[in-house]
Amino acid sequence: MIRLAASETLIPAPNIEYYELSPILIVFGVGVLAVLVEAFLPRAHRLHAQLALCLTGLVAAFVVVCTLTDEAQENARAVPQKVAAEGAVAIDGMTLFLQGTILLLGVVAVLLLAERRLGGEFAASAATVPGSAAEKETTRLGWVQTEIYPLLMFSIGGMLIFPAANDLLLMFVALEVLSLPLYLLCGLARRRRLLSQEAALKYFLLGAFSSAFFLYGIALLYGYAGSVRLSDINAAVSGSEDNDALLLIGMALLAVGLLFKVGAVPFHAWTPDVYQGAPTPVTAFMAAATKVAAFGALLRVFYVGLGGAKWDWHPMFWGVAMVTMLFGSLVALVQTDVKRMLAYSSIAHAGFILVGLVATNAEGLSATMFYLLAYGFSTIAAFAIISLVRDGSGEATHLSQWAGLGRRSPVVAGMFALLLLAFAGIPLTSGFTAKFAVFSASASAGGTPLIVVGVLSSTVAAFFYIRVIVLMFFSAPVTDGPRVAVPSLTTALAVWIGVAVTVFLGVLPQPVLDLADNASFLIS
Amino acid sequence: MMIPTSEAPAGAAEQLQNIGEATGVFNLTWLMIALPLFGALVLLCGGKRTDSWGHILGCLTVLGSFLIGAIQFLTLLGKDADERAYNQHLYDWLDSGNLQLGVGFQVDQLSICFVLLITFVGFLIHLYSVEYMAHDLRRRRFFGYLNLFISAMLLLVLADSYLLLFVGWEGVGLASYLLIGFWQHVPDYATAAKKAFVMNRVGDIGLLVAMFFMFDQFGSLAFDEVFEAVPGASDGWVTAIGLMLLLGAVGKSAQFPLQAWLLDAMAGPTPVSALIHAATMVTAGVYLIVRSAPIYNLSDTAQLVVAIVGAITLVIGALIGTAKDDIKKALAASTMSQIGYMVLAAGLGPAGYAFAIFHLLTHGFFKAGLFLSAGSVMHGMHDDTDMRRYGALRAAMPITYACFGLGFLAIIGIPPFAGFWSKDKIIEAAFNDNIALGLCALIGAGITAFYMSRVMIMTFFSDKRWDSGVHPHESPKLMTLPLIVLAGGAVLGGGLLINDGIVTWLEPVVGHEEAHHRMPVWALTALTLFVIVVGVAAALKMYQFSPVARTQPQGGVLVHAARHDLYQDTVNEAVLMRPGQWATRFLVWLDHRGLDNLVNGLAALLGGTAGRLRRVQAGFVRSYALTMFGGAALTVLAVLVVRL
Amino acid sequence: MDGNVYIPIAVLAALGFGFAAFSVVTGALTGPKRYNRAKLDAYECGIEPTPQPVGGGRVSVKYYTIAMLFIIFDIEIIFLYPWAVTFDSFGISILVEMALFIVTVFVPLIYVWRRGGLDWDH
Repeated sequence: MIRLAASETLIPAPNIEYYELSPILIVFGVGVLAVLVEAFLPRAHRLHAQLALCLTGLVAAFVVVCTLTDEAQENARAVPQKVAAEGAVAIDGMTLFLQGTILLLGVVAVLLLAERRLGGEFAASAATVPGSAAEKETTRLGWVQTEIYPLLMFSIGGMLIFPAANDLLLMFVALEVLSLPLYLLCGLARRRRLLSQEAALKYFLLGAFSSAFFLYGIALLYGYAGSVRLSDINAAVSGSEDNDALLLIGMALLAVGLLFKVGAVPFHAWTPDVYQGAPTPVTAFMAAATKVAAFGALLRVFYVGLGGAKWDWHPMFWGVAMVTMLFGSLVALVQTDVKRMLAYSSIAHAGFILVGLVATNAEGLSATMFYLLAYGFSTIAAFAIISLVRDGSGEATHLSQWAGLGRRSPVVAGMFALLLLAFAGIPLTSGFTAKFAVFSASASAGGTPLIVVGVLSSTVAAFFYIRVIVLMFFSAPVTDGPRVAVPSLTTALAVWIGVAVTVFLGVLPQPVLDLADNASFLIS
Repeated sequence: MMIPTSEAPAGAAEQLQNIGEATGVFNLTWLMIALPLFGALVLLCGGKRTDSWGHILGCLTVLGSFLIGAIQFLTLLGKDADERAYNQHLYDWLDSGNLQLGVGFQVDQLSICFVLLITFVGFLIHLYSVEYMAHDLRRRRFFGYLNLFISAMLLLVLADSYLLLFVGWEGVGLASYLLIGFWQHVPDYATAAKKAFVMNRVGDIGLLVAMFFMFDQFGSLAFDEVFEAVPGASDGWVTAIGLMLLLGAVGKSAQFPLQAWLLDAMAGPTPVSALIHAATMVTAGVYLIVRSAPIYNLSDTAQLVVAIVGAITLVIGALIGTAKDDIKKALAASTMSQIGYMVLAAGLGPAGYAFAIFHLLTHGFFKAGLFLSAGSVMHGMHDDTDMRRYGALRAAMPITYACFGLGFLAIIGIPPFAGFWSKDKIIEAAFNDNIALGLCALIGAGITAFYMSRVMIMTFFSDKRWDSGVHPHESPKLMTLPLIVLAGGAVLGGGLLINDGIVTWLEPVVGHEEAHHRMPVWALTALTLFVIVVGVAAALKMYQFSPVARTQPQGGVLVHAARHDLYQDTVNEAVLMRPGQWATRFLVWLDHRGLDNLVNGLAALLGGTAGRLRRVQAGFVRSYALTMFGGAALTVLAVLVVRL
Repeated sequence: MDGNVYIPIAVLAALGFGFAAFSVVTGALTGPKRYNRAKLDAYECGIEPTPQPVGGGRVSVKYYTIAMLFIIFDIEIIFLYPWAVTFDSFGISILVEMALFIVTVFVPLIYVWRRGGLDWDH
């Protein structure tokens, strides 16, 4: 055999900052352990083991994120944040803030997933054909598809990398890692399984389609800059003027892939179907956490990598933000299904968050992060409440069934009303603070037309939120309408956490705003 | 804080009113708001346990707020004129980058007037409601909402920044909405609540946009900082801000063209109508305009628009009032019209601000009295509100009759009752400013006299037209006591003007301008009185000396128009609602099947097989993918076009 | 742009296409044409083709499981090659890292095995 004499110089030893990467590693490690739990533990013990494992993992990862943030604060901005893993992962203020947000949302999502008392939201065994004898048998035996936990952990892991990725290829890998488990989770509903599976397939197909755009964009940018590293792309953008078409088209395609994930118009089409079809806890998680991760990635790509080409992508984002706000708000007006309504509302919110993004300044960054945090918690709680309103055949999501709910269960309806008011941006809720922060960041960046459209859309949006409140409190209850089921402790906890955060960020937003402010810097 | 005073509006030398740090009793400002809020929380969250004593708690919290306000007022009285403004800073609400917003309260000559009005009238109405709502199973909840309202309203008038004012603004909107729909089992009432909310939201856009303009221009939303910076802004911006604030005021105060909700809002229980839709909340728009005096003083255009809106509304309101048979709706139309007077006065600048507030205060008393009396009448008439089934009630309910009568004399402006002093001043100021505005105000006074006499006659005089089985009776003491107190206000309210009291009092905040008279004051007063007498006489002739039909007569075109609120709903529907619905429908169509249809339609057209169209359905992945593809093409195009 | 660097690629592609076309065409022109049933069957690694229902049909999910496992270990081997080549220069840490990687990749195999995925006749 011939020894490769030159091998020492061929590949330099990679330097991996395990400490900085440990939140991601912990989550993935827990995911792998969770797979082993599935493999070895008897069915009866799996649920509790998974629950304990996942919560421990998420909390541990969160603690590390906090420690990292703390150290970063001590170093202040004098010492730049680390670029880990040979420059592929950026551990900076935004990464840590969004990772913390995603981990907390993950904790709440795990709590929702663990709901058992309502008969479970997930299929007893996803492999059985809907309506088959096998399905009935597994349901009768009380099986639960506990694979949802490792899937969730893998998805969260991908989300942790997504906003941190300082390298387009890593970003693409993160995109797939976060998406693939989500596609699966969407198809696991216990009831209306065909609808759920259809949603999963749609999500998968369209997601693959958007991934293709994303990948093509990466290829073009690589062709332009000769590198997939964001800092190199940035250097190329500010350095040269030649062969613009590659840059421009690459940039646009990259935007398509990311805007698909945040559900901005015109890449929103999947949102209502998937939100409606997916099991409600998954919808809750998806609506809250995916948005955080995807906006993080958008911010990083367009602030760090393509910041120099700001004037090329700025007008396009303006347009998308305006159309998204208006479209989401207007179409939500006529929805008759609560989950679909919230889906369109989430589209509108994507538009509002984009307003913060196009401010392209530190305030915009901090406002966007704050909005993501605030919106994430309100959304997850809102969907959690939807999962409680049930009639004989499962969740009652048709709006007409919600009539008079406020009289039967004033507390739950009151909390839902509060969350809707937060979505509408009424003062003293987190929604107001967030909208105000976003709009004022935009105002300081000359985005007055955006603000006018934003205020108009939020007024329109207020109508349909109010319509639900009216329906709940001022309409006569329908006979044999749905009841608010008494959930197990975990779901109740999830709802209360969401509501508490919503109120807290409305009344005393300052600490969190400070946190977002301090975190509003990106490493380049 | 810079506040223009006693000079010509624009470009005048400006004087500072110092705002001191809150000390002593002014440190309790937050408690005024917190007390009713606490009450609301206990009542709304306490559940059935609080049923037995809830209403007492509700009354006591408001009484507590009133006492604090009264002590503060007395303390202010004892100070020098330039030491009557205090600011209590509670905590920093938002503080990030260029965005700094604190939560703080400002007690000054203007806000203390409102505090007293809100808490005093509020307390009386709470008392009244104890009896009025005694048979309602959800009385506790009702008091919870009332307390919530008082708290929000106090927050609105005590806020030291536009943002905090907005919080109160939304809060009163919410409370009003909850209270209008309180008897939600009647679908109409729920609709009315929704309508009120929608119209208020339209107004809220104005306030929000104004806030963003201010933030954009001045970098702050605190009153003192904004007013300090206003003179530095360009005329265009000041006018824009003024007009946007006006839009906010118009929505909240039921002024033209957003007035339609107030009549429907009468669906709420009568104490609510008295408190929210007569005495306090609907006057918030006037407060906003007067508070923003330093902005309006710098924009003649904005001021003129304010005055015109006021003039139009006062005439419209009065006209609608002449045709309403529902006693509460007639009174609501009158409220609209009277607030029109206030807005008109506020639009006259420093010459009118003080009178706007003066009329607001007197109106708060006599209109609340009128509404509560109407409630007392309804109480005795089995909750019937149709005046055509009243008549000759003065014997059956003497106290109510007397109190309503005093309020009546006050509102039509008979000396020496409160309304005479306040309304006369506004008419005078309007004439000094502009003949047309003056004429509107004068005609309005005549129509007011007519429709109020009509209400008075149809209710208490003429002949009995009661339904069989109805036995009118006087209301219990707890209901008549507030009536008597409020009637006292209607009689004595004019006293505020003695020695120019209110004008001097408010001068440091809103400024004052000596009038240059176009015609002698006595002549104008005589003219006004003459118009009023004509109005009363006409009403006497039509309703006292000729029989009143028990059912609504056909009536001419004008009557018909007035009965239908001058077709405001129809106009709103055609101008605002329909286009909105169409736009939405189009978008939904586009979302679901637009592109798919387009492509299939094209295919059908090209292939000549219309049968393919049948397969068109929403929800196909391929059509979604097509949408995405189109979107991606657009995105690429957008980026490329920018570079061209 | 300097296009010369692409010339070898183009030449290679042309050669590839050319060879394929040449083989197919010459084969068709010169070969004897004696058909029998076995020759007309679909080619399936030289074994008897599995009977398929008319109009296609479903492939058992077992095939997919095995295929996915294959891909996983395929990828693992791709990583192992460069690792093995440069192993000497990095020392012990890289051994640990690779061990972790292999263990991680092993986990799905364990899962599939425990769930009966390797049990063909189940």
